[in-house]
Amino acid sequence: MTTFATNCADTKIMSRYLTSLGIVLMLAFAGGNVGLWAQDHDSVHEAHAGEHHDGHDHAAHAHSDGADHEDAHTHHEEEFVAGEYIIHHIADAHDIHLFGDVHIPLPVLLYLGDEGFRFFMSSSFEGHGHGDKNFEDAQGVAYTLHAADGALPNGQPVNAGVITAVKSGSQLEVFDFSITKSVFGMLVILTLMVWMFISVAKQYQKNPGQAPKGMANAVEPLVLFIRDEIAKPSIGAKADRFMPFLLTVFFFIFFCNLLGLVPFIGGFNVTGTMGITIVLATLVFLLTNLNGNKHYWGHLFWPPGVPLPVKFILVPIEVFGILMKPAVLMIRLTANISAGHIIILAFTSLIFIFGEGGDALAAGSGIGVFSTLFMIFMYGLELLVAFLQAFVFTLLAAIYFGDATHEPAHH
Amino acid sequence: MELLSILFEIGIGQGLAGLGAGAAVIGAGIGVGRIGSSALEAMARQPEATSDLRSNMIVAAALVEGVALFGIIICLLVALG
Repeated sequence: MTTFATNCADTKIMSRYLTSLGIVLMLAFAGGNVGLWAQDHDSVHEAHAGEHHDGHDHAAHAHSDGADHEDAHTHHEEEFVAGEYIIHHIADAHDIHLFGDVHIPLPVLLYLGDEGFRFFMSSSFEGHGHGDKNFEDAQGVAYTLHAADGALPNGQPVNAGVITAVKSGSQLEVFDFSITKSVFGMLVILTLMVWMFISVAKQYQKNPGQAPKGMANAVEPLVLFIRDEIAKPSIGAKADRFMPFLLTVFFFIFFCNLLGLVPFIGGFNVTGTMGITIVLATLVFLLTNLNGNKHYWGHLFWPPGVPLPVKFILVPIEVFGILMKPAVLMIRLTANISAGHIIILAFTSLIFIFGEGGDALAAGSGIGVFSTLFMIFMYGLELLVAFLQAFVFTLLAAIYFGDATHEPAHH
Repeated sequence: MELLSILFEIGIGQGLAGLGAGAAVIGAGIGVGRIGSSALEAMARQPEATSDLRSNMIVAAALVEGVALFGIIICLLVALG
């Protein structure tokens, strides 16, 4: 890797990348917010469509049975249900649950259709244990934070974690814009990224042509790695156009993955939620197709050098591929990160399952030693996966951009 | 006999989802195993190319795992309703 700072012309381009990162970050934030909103919005829309599929009712019944079963247990002692424990740590929530009864409340922002906006902290919800939590505000609207999948009194199905509102007996349409745990995690990462890159960029602007100091020493190899190993080989001459997006997406995914691995702060799962990864995949989709040149679209619909009957098979596959490639990006990232968290949580749960709630201390402790060692190994693997998934996402995005803007030397 | 009755409590759908997850993992295991074996063979033939081979091996493994995780996600959705 050439010493970056000795090349003055490169220095100016570098500071341009890094400062324009700030703008692209804001777009990613807005997109992520919309993505998360769409996740909850979908379940509310299902409730309002009034369509009762048999599958939905069946699932609602099965889950409300489960919820009843758990409520019965909370009256004696909290029995440890591994599945519920794992899902609670993977799913998004309206507060940050640190341990036991200690919660950090987060703002709840709702748009109630005709009623307008409502803002309150999630600590306003009353209710304890694992049941639904309720809150009634000064204007007579009663909110319910559902703890498990179930059905509203009027029969509409509702998912866990959704807030519904009732005023004078009628269900209101709720658009949930709350700062949930994942949005809060994303905001923390975005603030960190904006601060980090703007200060590094300023340093390059103030001392052009000098060796980097401090944080720039850590940022520079990664940025150069993305430019020289990912962007230039895949995109070629037009790599600079796509560098801001590739840098943003790489650092965003990398830092969000790492945030999800930090223990004891409430268990963030930012890149493991479909709502955020679908936005990243959509951005790749939009950038690829908006930058597609004549050769890209031509080769898609009329691939050269292919016999005619094979064209009829190939073209539908290629067209289907336009949508499938970003979708695969989304699922790969979500599944890898969620699966990693689930494995770590499963090893932790093993201790409590074998300990049988304090009845079998010897078995619990023995498993504890084995579990902890395995968990440490899995954490190491997850650190590798955190970097690797960011790298693979960025690499594939660069390859798609390269395909779209590739100018053939001859035909 | 009691052990068998516990197995029936889970429900056929969820049991099949578990089976599906196992099948997905078989695919991942075979795929990544082949990647590793060909990478090791190449490293044995040409030790000076080791670092190049290592990074490409890891990238290919990540892509193959992505496909296996497709199957895992479907099974998870089935198992959780």
